Amino acid sequence: MLTVNGINNGIVIDHIPAGKGPRIFNTLFSAHVNSPVVLLMNVQSKTLGKKDIIKIENEYNFDLNLLGLIDKHITVNIIKNNKLKEKINVVVPKKIKGFIKCKNPRCISHTDDYAIPEFTLISSNGTLKYSCSYCEEITEYKF
Amino acid sequence: MKNVRHLIEPKDLSNSEIMELVNMGIQMEENPQDYVNLCKGKILGSLFFEPSTRTKFSFDSAMLRLGGNLMGFTDVNTTSAKKGESLGDTIKIMGAYTDIIVMRHPKEGAPKLASEYSTIPIINGGDGGHQHPTQTLTDLITIKKYKNTVSNHTIALCGDLKFGRTVHSLIKTLARFNTKKFYLISPKELSLPKSIVNEIKLNYDIEIEETSELEAVMDKIDILYMTRIQKERFFNEEDYIKLKNSYILTNEKIEPAKKDMIIMHPLPRVNEISKEVDDDKRAIYFEQARLGVYVRMALIAKLLGAI
Repeated sequence: MLTVNGINNGIVIDHIPAGKGPRIFNTLFSAHVNSPVVLLMNVQSKTLGKKDIIKIENEYNFDLNLLGLIDKHITVNIIKNNKLKEKINVVVPKKIKGFIKCKNPRCISHTDDYAIPEFTLISSNGTLKYSCSYCEEITEYKF
Repeated sequence: MKNVRHLIEPKDLSNSEIMELVNMGIQMEENPQDYVNLCKGKILGSLFFEPSTRTKFSFDSAMLRLGGNLMGFTDVNTTSAKKGESLGDTIKIMGAYTDIIVMRHPKEGAPKLASEYSTIPIINGGDGGHQHPTQTLTDLITIKKYKNTVSNHTIALCGDLKFGRTVHSLIKTLARFNTKKFYLISPKELSLPKSIVNEIKLNYDIEIEETSELEAVMDKIDILYMTRIQKERFFNEEDYIKLKNSYILTNEKIEPAKKDMIIMHPLPRVNEISKEVDDDKRAIYFEQARLGVYVRMALIAKLLGAI
């Protein structure tokens, strides 16, 4: 069986639905991280069957909102001095800026660089539905 | 950014503020001489990134009747926007040259973006298929003048309810004033967005009936609001041609209507109201366009702090 050591300081993103780990890794970390990172895929899970896990050492700053958009089962463990300092259950963000593009082709956000819309959650039953702050059109978000 | 009032969508105004503007507009229409110097020395920036006749000229007329001046453009090709200047920069510059801005833009949400960068009041003169709040004020002053109140009417909205920004702004606002019932009359392809129907059903106790038959409801309504099937909102000419003749109002069709029913239209019309209907006293769409000047006068004066 493959084993990976725990980390002394850093974060563990756990309960990622199997297969979504690489995209989360690429979106959250790959561009700017110099610390050691491991991405584990298809790890056995009691609740999910299979799951992905990301462990990253000596890093604490990242956007929890994105994880909430991906899956509400994801948990984030903050590790300090080899101890679990905090366990965070992600929540679907009520407001989000930057990750979503408005689906309305007539929205100003597609043609003006100043226009970065804030999206407001209007429904989280099944797919997530967000309303654009500029044109009010509803965009369904799927990771 | 200092605290500046804008009108981007009708909900920027409270119900009492809307009625204040409507009533002030009626006063201005009745006694225009009392207001000829109200905005003397002020300049209206008139930024029309998209063609307009009524909205542009009624704002021009409103500002001139208040004693103010105006500057601006109606052809975006003559501006730096054509060179790729962002809207925020254009607005910052115009804010230095003018005291209040009215803008029309083909992109939805553009006036809201403008308001984020503006130190002077921004009035949305129409943004794509999204909102057209001063048309709503125009509609309300007309309803108030011809039906004495803006509340408790049975109202049919007919035509392009999907892309028609006037309808979106109007229906959301009328719902705030205890409308008795809405009939939504359109071909299926152009029906009112579900999000708006749901919003009204969720927040107000108003009956809504969707139908594709105008004739069936003609004798039940107090106000018939006709709209144009807007060619410029279609990506595909074929779809436009298929739907453009969906509803054409004729004298024969309005025969069963109530004697005091009013027929409104934001204009321009193409062929959805036959010219023969113009002579019917219930047809008040040209009067509606005229009254729009006065409620815009009230709006400019209010946002400039002159009333």
